[in-house]
Amino acid sequence: MSETETRENSSQTPTPASVAGPAGPSGQQDPSELIRPRSLTGNVLPKWFLPATAAVGVVVGFVISYLIGGQSVNYALWFVLAAIIYVLLSYLVTRQQLNKRKATDGLWRNLVYVAFVIALIPLISVIWSVVVDGFQGITHSSFWTQDMSQNAARTREQAIHEGEAPMGGGVLHAIIGSLLITLTATIISVPIGLLTSIYLVEYSRGGPLSRGITFFVDVMTGIPSIVAGLFGVAAMQTILVMGNQLGLWSYTAGNYSMGITAAIALCVLMIPVVVRTTEEMLRVVPNELREASYALGVRKWRTVLKVVIPTAISGIAAGVTLAIARVIGETAPILLTAGTLTRVNWDMFAGSMMSLPVYIYQTFRYPFGGPGELAYLSEQRAWGAALVLIMIVMTLNLIARIIANVFAPKKTGR
Amino acid sequence: MTTDSTDTRAQRRKSPKKPENALVSADRAGAGLDRGFAGLAKAAGIFILIILAFVAIFLSWNSVGALYQEEEGLIIGRFLSYAWPFALGTVVVAILALIMGAPIAIAVALYISHYAPPKASKTIGYIIDLLAAIPSVVYGAWGMFVLAPAMVPLYHWLSQWLYTWPEENLGWGIPFFAGSPGLGQNIFTASVVLAVMILPIISSVCREIFIQTPKLHEEAALALGATRWEMIKMAVFPFARPGIISGVMLGLGRALGETMAVVMVVSGLGFQLSIISPGNSTIPREIALNFGETGHGTERWHQLVALGLVLFVITLAVNMVARWIVSRHKEFSGAN
Amino acid sequence: MSKSITAKDLNVYYGDFMAVEGVNIEIAARSVTAFIGPSGCGKTTFLRTLNRMHEVLPGARVEGELLLDEDNIYGAGVDPVTVRAMVGMVFQRPNPFPTMSIRDNVLAGYKLNGARLSRSQADDIAEKALRGANLWNEVKDRLDKPGSGLSGGQQQRLCIARTVAVEPDVILMDEPCSALDPISTLAIEDLIAELKEKYTVVIVTHNMQQAARVSEKTAFFNIAGTGKPGKMIEYDETSVIFNNPSNEQTERYVSGKFG
Repeated sequence: MSETETRENSSQTPTPASVAGPAGPSGQQDPSELIRPRSLTGNVLPKWFLPATAAVGVVVGFVISYLIGGQSVNYALWFVLAAIIYVLLSYLVTRQQLNKRKATDGLWRNLVYVAFVIALIPLISVIWSVVVDGFQGITHSSFWTQDMSQNAARTREQAIHEGEAPMGGGVLHAIIGSLLITLTATIISVPIGLLTSIYLVEYSRGGPLSRGITFFVDVMTGIPSIVAGLFGVAAMQTILVMGNQLGLWSYTAGNYSMGITAAIALCVLMIPVVVRTTEEMLRVVPNELREASYALGVRKWRTVLKVVIPTAISGIAAGVTLAIARVIGETAPILLTAGTLTRVNWDMFAGSMMSLPVYIYQTFRYPFGGPGELAYLSEQRAWGAALVLIMIVMTLNLIARIIANVFAPKKTGR
Repeated sequence: MTTDSTDTRAQRRKSPKKPENALVSADRAGAGLDRGFAGLAKAAGIFILIILAFVAIFLSWNSVGALYQEEEGLIIGRFLSYAWPFALGTVVVAILALIMGAPIAIAVALYISHYAPPKASKTIGYIIDLLAAIPSVVYGAWGMFVLAPAMVPLYHWLSQWLYTWPEENLGWGIPFFAGSPGLGQNIFTASVVLAVMILPIISSVCREIFIQTPKLHEEAALALGATRWEMIKMAVFPFARPGIISGVMLGLGRALGETMAVVMVVSGLGFQLSIISPGNSTIPREIALNFGETGHGTERWHQLVALGLVLFVITLAVNMVARWIVSRHKEFSGAN
Repeated sequence: MSKSITAKDLNVYYGDFMAVEGVNIEIAARSVTAFIGPSGCGKTTFLRTLNRMHEVLPGARVEGELLLDEDNIYGAGVDPVTVRAMVGMVFQRPNPFPTMSIRDNVLAGYKLNGARLSRSQADDIAEKALRGANLWNEVKDRLDKPGSGLSGGQQQRLCIARTVAVEPDVILMDEPCSALDPISTLAIEDLIAELKEKYTVVIVTHNMQQAARVSEKTAFFNIAGTGKPGKMIEYDETSVIFNNPSNEQTERYVSGKFG
């Protein structure tokens, strides 16, 4: 630490006796003396410094929280105190032993580390609750094979009276519903999204239409999912009313709750994701390949279908998979559009349909048999459904990564 | 080349429409397919515009019923007095979530890009990305069963020291912390859940842009003797500013539109100043809880749709502001 | 089949910017013609107008006539796709289709156009084209492997085989050796010498020794300054251009005193 700096900071920091390196000449100095270290050694703290400070923080934090909490320790308080003590202590010691710049550097590094740990706590907690409670749910024998229709008819009192295991039932109907709705949404969204991105990348030449589409796809990305649900209802009602007037089918107002309605709502959320990811993938296809194809006298549509898309297919597939993962966990739009049901429904065009996210919501919100001693069984099943849903989403994500990595065409060149 | 194909090619060349130019193509069908495919692609793009127009038209058209009823004339005042607590609640929850989530998210991104051991950073990045994929209903359940009870001691403490104590001793306590926390199912808990939910989103956007910082800029800073933090201030942040802003705005948009976590975490309905006792609501929660039970075409139904329109406009405004900020900063960032 | 190329007062524009001005040139059938000149002088632009590849860029257009034998390729009702089937092109960097095997790459001109070939027809075409590109012996045992697994020089010869397979009248080459090492370059140059027995070859090159080695006639392009259009300065027998040019700019360029 230079003399100047010490002098400047003397109000906050006492002059250290253990400064490494020779003391600089006092009086007027070359400006570079302000920043240049005096010696190659002595500008770092020993390796044990940070772990030791952390240990001090943990111990002192424990003692203080023990005293505050009246002999019982609150873990959150303990963590907060330990973090504060660790960050402050290491800052002050570094500043006193080395210099202000090193201390600031260390302060921000510690803050980043602490922030990372803070971020991990809720995330681990979420996974922990889902896995531990969900495991109980998915190991029930009926979880995978039954729907809830048996239980729907049975009241809590009856179940207790009969003295049998009160909660059979499972999530089969919800899994089937989720898969059907998502599949339908995918079948509608992918061709529209893919063709749009082909138009944007291959055909438009930056005209007003393509700029408009890009802009409104961005707007669509920001549509809140609940608004997409409202749209699904509106679109289906309009279609049903029109069909009714034309005599294609009969429709009573408000009777729009169907799987297809949910699929339409999900399309609004899915199309922009598909457009954006596939657009990105098509843009990275090297122009050289298109030109090579044109130079062979190949028409543009064949070039797009046989050269551009096959080259980008792994990225497109990965993007579509991610889009599916994004919408399969959506709750609010499906709740508005497909409602709830206790039994399996295979028909996208008739009657409500249960889906996994809605099932989870429904079961937690209104545990079967009402809140009480048996609610825990409902909750276990709901956590189990959450585990299944997370597994599906994570598997889709993993598949997307594998597709993107393994099936990517080998790069041109050596 | 085989004889067949040579023949067809020769025929094609020998059958000109205008004898003076043998190149005029007889391949009308091929050119037609070309135009057809281009038209199909264009139609898909236009279809998207139509969908969006339909969303906007539907929301606006059906909102009219909330502002005007035949018997009563204009009832804008009634709608506003109905809607403002929800709009306010939505904005407050989202901003609280952003205040808590964004700094931590940026720090996590910085940890992954510049602090974590290089071998581990990729894995950590994957894990954070996977967490963005957890459905909101799961976060909602977690907030309801795990977080809310865990937050109750904090709420007691806040209520004690920021409201009760100052009120008794100074005559005035901060009203945001008044009241009894009950089971902790309030909008503050909801905003913590939202903070957790938007953390991976903001973090992954920021991480991508931090990683893209030109190595040359970083090394230039380090070669001047900068510490790691000084290097980050000099090279990384100026480069990444538009990316950070757009990531944060993305998180804000997500928090504004989030439905299920709020529906599950918050209990109670009435508006109140306190953020730590049950009550208050957001627009998505109001719609989700009531839309199914409300008869189609009633004033209440129109009010719910109008709330949807308000939400749509708010998120749209946030996105526009983000875009504007990003475009304003672009020329200085060096990110091209 | 091989055809001659004649350009009459050809101007090339990108939007409002005139990139190449007033080119008049006659390129004989079954010959090798080299375009040389400094970077940005419009030689590649001009080359791409010969099979209407420049139209891939938005705003590009051409004034004047360009005759393939007697037919104007910019005449009314001429489809650029037809032109490109007759005038093949080999690019600066080897660009085999990464999703296709070596065999499919050679057959790409047929496959992409949806032509149905029998197995034996396809084999014949592939072998003939690969032999024509001096690549057959190197790849005959791995025709089903991806084309991107070859070395750069082999990839470039694969691209030539792909072009040759559709039997064009003219082959354009845009700096075909600039991404290759000297040995691969030699292989390509040998190939060019064989190709001119059947095709009209036009090659753009930065390497003047290469132009001297492979071509019969050479055109020198130059640009007066940035923002000005490129022009063809001199077009003559290669030996004349390199030994006894009539234009002073050409003299300075070929003797390395340029700039």
